[in-house]
Amino acid sequence: MEKKLQMPLTEEMTRDLHAGDNVLISGVIYTGRDAAHKRLCELLDQGKELPVDLKDAVIYYVGPAPAKPGQVIGSAGPTTSYRMDAYAPALLDLGLKGMIGKGKRSAEVVEAMKRNGAVYFGAIGGCGALLAKCIKKAEVVAYEDLGAEAIRRLEVEDLPVVVIIDRWGNNLYEEGRKTYVESQSENR
Amino acid sequence: MRNIQSEVITKAVRDLCIEANCHLPSDIKEAIGACKACEPFAIAKSVLDRIEENYEIADADNVPICQDTGLACVFLEIGQDLHIEGNIKDAVDEGVRQGYTEGYLRKSCVGDPIERVNTGDNTPAVIYYDLVPGDQLKITVAPKGFGSENMSQLKMLKPSDGLTGVKDFILKVVEEAGPNPCPPIVVGVGIGGTFDKAAYLAKKALMRPVDQRNEKPFYAELEAEMLEKINQLGIGPQGFGGKTTALAVNIETLPTHIAGLPVAVNINCHVTRHKSVTL
Repeated sequence: MEKKLQMPLTEEMTRDLHAGDNVLISGVIYTGRDAAHKRLCELLDQGKELPVDLKDAVIYYVGPAPAKPGQVIGSAGPTTSYRMDAYAPALLDLGLKGMIGKGKRSAEVVEAMKRNGAVYFGAIGGCGALLAKCIKKAEVVAYEDLGAEAIRRLEVEDLPVVVIIDRWGNNLYEEGRKTYVESQSENR
Repeated sequence: MRNIQSEVITKAVRDLCIEANCHLPSDIKEAIGACKACEPFAIAKSVLDRIEENYEIADADNVPICQDTGLACVFLEIGQDLHIEGNIKDAVDEGVRQGYTEGYLRKSCVGDPIERVNTGDNTPAVIYYDLVPGDQLKITVAPKGFGSENMSQLKMLKPSDGLTGVKDFILKVVEEAGPNPCPPIVVGVGIGGTFDKAAYLAKKALMRPVDQRNEKPFYAELEAEMLEKINQLGIGPQGFGGKTTALAVNIETLPTHIAGLPVAVNINCHVTRHKSVTL
């Protein structure tokens, strides 16, 4: 059973999200990956305002392929999240409520998620052609010079993701693997 | 001596870049299907369903399977009796430029590793030159995504570490990678040679179709044994748990020094892409 979520993602909504939940996200989300995160955190260090309001926002770690004629956006699957770990806690403290990516997160990120009631979602890596179909509108809102790494405002419809780490720190990577391994030893 | 114009090489590389990025090789498709058929874990099966659905969309719409269309790794096997008119490096780079621009592929190359400014056309390619007998030119384009490249490792083992050391290292690399490289993965292993040759062998191992085992029975058995051990780790597709952590383990070897046992493990995701043409 999938849970449908309409953005923005409020603190109250994340109380209903648990590791392993299948979720369909609709509404506005932002893209951002390595180079954009670096710039955002440099602005924070200088005490300047960010080009996007992160309160109750969700950032999708993706650098999409260019759109072919007639396409809204090119293939757009998640990139590996740990590279954003150095930057994520500062953004979570600003009100960022969700991150979509793939792969493990650091203890510091998980602590910042717990502190702020935020959630880490996983989209299926290597499925960019499929995931792009859920993106209905895309426009660059900052750092156009970064190309694929620019910050984009996306309007998505039923983007399929899974809760990897919930606001209490429960982790699907640990629990899923444990469940599988235990099911195998029971069968032996 | 046979002549070949550099424009012919450019055109071939252009087409291979687009083909390789939009159409998954049949051996990988078959391996994904075979793993799904014997995957006992429900969530793992559903991830494999999505992966199949994704490459079918890419096939039908001629769009990249994955948004990370990689650094353009280009393997050239150049017949020693072939004469290439023009600059071969420029010809390959021009092919990459045309392929990534005209094919709407993502440009993922920065010109300097520290300055990190995107070159804008995915050049330069990473080119591997090999001289072989004959008068033909075989070109393989293998776009390499970095989610999996970043999870690769190399270790200079001691001869006394032996086969056990090699096995332990392969398992350690896959374990540490966990969900990060988009499992199910293909594991390329290079054993022997020098520091750099071991890494090259590991990359080359990824070019071998996953339904072909090493020609030497000893290494064919080692490939099978390591695949079984990896698929007992429980990481599963995308790391959500399950049997299908790897689709294949491909091992390549070279003679090495009396003092050394280099081992390189190059990880690739389930989008293990490569396309070849012989001119």
